[in-house]
Amino acid sequence: MIPLSSYLILAAIMFALSVVGIFINRKNVIILLMCIELMLLAVNINFIAFSYFLGDTAGQVFVFFILTVAAAEAAIGLAILVVLFRNRHTINVKELDSLKG
Amino acid sequence: MSFPEIVFYAFSTIMVLSAIGVIAARNPVHSALFLVLTFFATSAIWILLEAEFLAIALVLVYVGAVMVLFLFVVMMLDINLASLRDAGNRYLPFGIAIALLLIAQLVMVVGPDHFGLQNFAEPARHAADYSNTRELGGVLYTDYVYAFEIAAVILLVAIVAAISLTMRKRPETRYQTPGKQIQVKKADRLRVIKMAAEPAETKEKE
Repeated sequence: MIPLSSYLILAAIMFALSVVGIFINRKNVIILLMCIELMLLAVNINFIAFSYFLGDTAGQVFVFFILTVAAAEAAIGLAILVVLFRNRHTINVKELDSLKG
Repeated sequence: MSFPEIVFYAFSTIMVLSAIGVIAARNPVHSALFLVLTFFATSAIWILLEAEFLAIALVLVYVGAVMVLFLFVVMMLDINLASLRDAGNRYLPFGIAIALLLIAQLVMVVGPDHFGLQNFAEPARHAADYSNTRELGGVLYTDYVYAFEIAAVILLVAIVAAISLTMRKRPETRYQTPGKQIQVKKADRLRVIKMAAEPAETKEKE
């Protein structure tokens, strides 16, 4: 018997780990994208756990759409990354300051 | 310890350790491979939660497509790893503090006091002939068909955006322009001239 709280705590740990990943990999855009994927995965675990324990399929449908949007986001993000590297020859976030913001 | 508990704790451990691997690995290729391991462990957890279709979809979409995309980009870009390497350590204590704070707060909210077995009893397992795919499809194509079509359009937009972002015209490559090819007239290419017939040179003359 695994309680719902175990799944939620697991998702919370995953979410916190991805936040740490964003903190300590501030320079590498590829790892930042991976951390965003991990965050979405943590949210999906929550959705599926609630869907199972409440007996409602709507949670799984929502995960389906999140997977779709996350795949699209990863594809566009990596395409932007390729264009960025082609123009600036770096993916270091610190050097991407041509807008002087 | 029952079998589902063993599965849950084993795959949770794999998942958390590989997530740590994703954020701690110095080489982005290792990060991508750890991410694959994380997704595999997650799909095992999802199968435990009777979301079989999404578990398989996660393996197909992420391990099959998105991770290949990540690895492809990581290996295609000639990244100077040394310039990206030295940053992490300064923010590591801060990051760990934030993580512990976040986990503590979230556990206070979602912990066993509020979401334990006394509040959410474990539902009965479905029968062996229950099809999660059929169940999900039944809802997806009726109640959520509008959102489903929007998702399809989002994927189409993503395809178009990814291709149009990365496509470039190299000046040294020669392209055909069908419009110009069709517009060509006979007079532009072909010149008909009139000339007097010349006597054929035969062998008998020589």
